[in-house]
Amino acid sequence: MISVTPTSTPADLAAPIKIEAQDVCVFYGDKQALFDVNLQVPDRSVTALIGPSGCGKSTFLRCINRMNDTIPGARVTGRITMAGQDVNDKGLDPVVLRSRVGMVFQKPNPFPKSIFENVAYGPRIHGMATRKDELEAIVESSLKKAGLWNEVADRLHQPGTGLSGGQQQRLVIARAIAVSPEVILMDEPCSALDPIATAKIEELMDELRNQFCIVIVTHSMAQAARVSQQTAFFHLGKLVESGATEEVFTMPRDPRTQDYITGRSG
Amino acid sequence: MSEHIVKSYEEELNHLTAEVARMGGIAEAQVADSIAAVVRRDVPLAEAVVARDEKLDVMEADIEKKCIRLIALRQPMANDLRRTVSAMKIANNLERTGDLAKNIAKRSLIVADAEPMTPLTRSIERMGKLVTQRLKEVLDSYTSGQIDRAVAVWSRDNEVDEHYNSLFRELLTYMMGDPRTISPCAHLLFVAKNLERIGDHATNIAEIVHYDLTGQMLVAAERPKSEAL
Repeated sequence: MISVTPTSTPADLAAPIKIEAQDVCVFYGDKQALFDVNLQVPDRSVTALIGPSGCGKSTFLRCINRMNDTIPGARVTGRITMAGQDVNDKGLDPVVLRSRVGMVFQKPNPFPKSIFENVAYGPRIHGMATRKDELEAIVESSLKKAGLWNEVADRLHQPGTGLSGGQQQRLVIARAIAVSPEVILMDEPCSALDPIATAKIEELMDELRNQFCIVIVTHSMAQAARVSQQTAFFHLGKLVESGATEEVFTMPRDPRTQDYITGRSG
Repeated sequence: MSEHIVKSYEEELNHLTAEVARMGGIAEAQVADSIAAVVRRDVPLAEAVVARDEKLDVMEADIEKKCIRLIALRQPMANDLRRTVSAMKIANNLERTGDLAKNIAKRSLIVADAEPMTPLTRSIERMGKLVTQRLKEVLDSYTSGQIDRAVAVWSRDNEVDEHYNSLFRELLTYMMGDPRTISPCAHLLFVAKNLERIGDHATNIAEIVHYDLTGQMLVAAERPKSEAL
């Protein structure tokens, strides 16, 4: 009998579980988009969701902050908890939930307002600052955390839409973290960015994961490998496998995962 | 396993494996010929082995270059990544194997000048046969993708060490019995040591093949061991 080096499991990660999905199914009308997804997402780390188009990874991401609520005919079954609390709890206001779960999209979507207002908007409507200097402090620290402060400090009152694509993406990340969320969801945040702007977002994610739980959907295998600690592979609405990123990209357990990440026709 | 969507990528990977297999064939022949040169006191064969070694050096450099290029341009993942890294490592082990065979061939030239010591060369021949067999077996496991054959080679590493240890004692007896044999015996001792090292390279290759096919490292502590002197 020969033995081999033990393989690590995703549960090896030190951080506690932030998000837990149990038997999550999503239906769009009659069509089932997700089938019994069970996944644990640890806090203070980056979890990458990968898989071919239409595999359900974005659908899963959108369950976490109840973005699917806005789609007519969409129905979610099963249970998703964030820090132990059921996100689909009738008593939980989706607006409160979304202040705890920030989201960044494929295309940067700054408000047609100044850079300052983009970041100040959330803290203001959530009543996080009563005085102007408090608000200014939040804006400054958020822009600093998003790695944008040095580039915009002297033009805070110019329109956010005037920034470059990469800067706009960091602006919306600053906007997301301004309300002190617990989780940041990113849906292909770099697919419209050049490699340098992408590297800046990736560096930012590496910084932010000390503080937040980050879940990213990406089509770039290389990006998933670079930025995440856990990877979950979705295929045809099912979670095929999840585990430590290092393991998934060097020795995937499921042949479907292997075919996908190595670029084979499954 | 299904094929890559990008055909040229698939071809590059297959080409890499084929090159390593071809290099393995040459290294195997080099080892077998160097032993034959010792046993048969065949000077032209020894010289041919020495001359052919450069080919392995060139092949190793070429395989390494191709692997680096493939990593840079294709960013291989999972089994492809393991295959690429394994090709580079096996090529490296084969190159070292070639150097050791070349060294055996060089020493055979000196041994050929001395009086024949038939019982000793028979022992060398037996040890050589075992080592070439291991090398052949592990290279077959690489080309055929048979894990169990690689593991079998890996777990029988101690046989070579035992051969080496007994040859060592045999050589000492010879040298003590007749000091005129010290010079050729010292060379035969190096020949035996080189064979033992070639056996180690076969063990290394077995570990690499196992990693290539499974993604898991064999644990050295599990391997039966007898210390080589």
